[in-house]
Amino acid sequence: MLSLAVSIAFALVAAAVVLSLWRLLKGPDKPDRILALDTLYINTIALLVLLGIHLGSSLYFEAALLIAMMGFVGTVALCKYILRGDIIE
Amino acid sequence: MITNLGCGLNMIDFMLAILILIGAAFTFVGSLGLARLEDFYSRLHGPTKATTLGVGALLIASVLYFSTRGEGLSLHEILVTLFLFITAPVSAHLLSKAALHLRVHSVARPPAEAEDPIADQRGSSAAHPPEQAS
Repeated sequence: MLSLAVSIAFALVAAAVVLSLWRLLKGPDKPDRILALDTLYINTIALLVLLGIHLGSSLYFEAALLIAMMGFVGTVALCKYILRGDIIE
Repeated sequence: MITNLGCGLNMIDFMLAILILIGAAFTFVGSLGLARLEDFYSRLHGPTKATTLGVGALLIASVLYFSTRGEGLSLHEILVTLFLFITAPVSAHLLSKAALHLRVHSVARPPAEAEDPIADQRGSSAAHPPEQAS
């Protein structure tokens, strides 16, 4: 039951990654693309957590934590670039 | 993965499966909203649900899994949950500020008498002037 649920969850999160990539390529404005990148790293964290459950290994949480921190920093840097025209003034 | 050691582990397996399916479904719905909704401010609404409910349920399932199978309580995931729950509103706020700055297309017309609080910062670099927004 658990392996079936993890397989269905992998399929759903992979479909979410594809939809975010579509918005990243299509998005008419710059904030749309930044939001798609933000959603992509959230989906990557979900994929890593699912991979940790699937393989029974807790090694992947450090990677998930790093992706969470670096993704937030990237989103803030891109938004500050749009807002101010510069990142570090 | 399915253990036959007794009713307790099967119950935990059932709860794990439910939590994983809820988390994956909310992650998918968040990206579906990102792909399907019609303007940026509506699209901003979807992925925040994926962040809080989707990844939150998946991390709760992971805490449950590694606490019942590994040795002792597993609390690494609380760090990821805490960090995501703190940073999601901040990044959404910054994204909406950037979109307001660029004046992206919105399906809701702003009130005509509303004055622009950051007009002096915006200058003449507006991507979508308000008379073109329909």
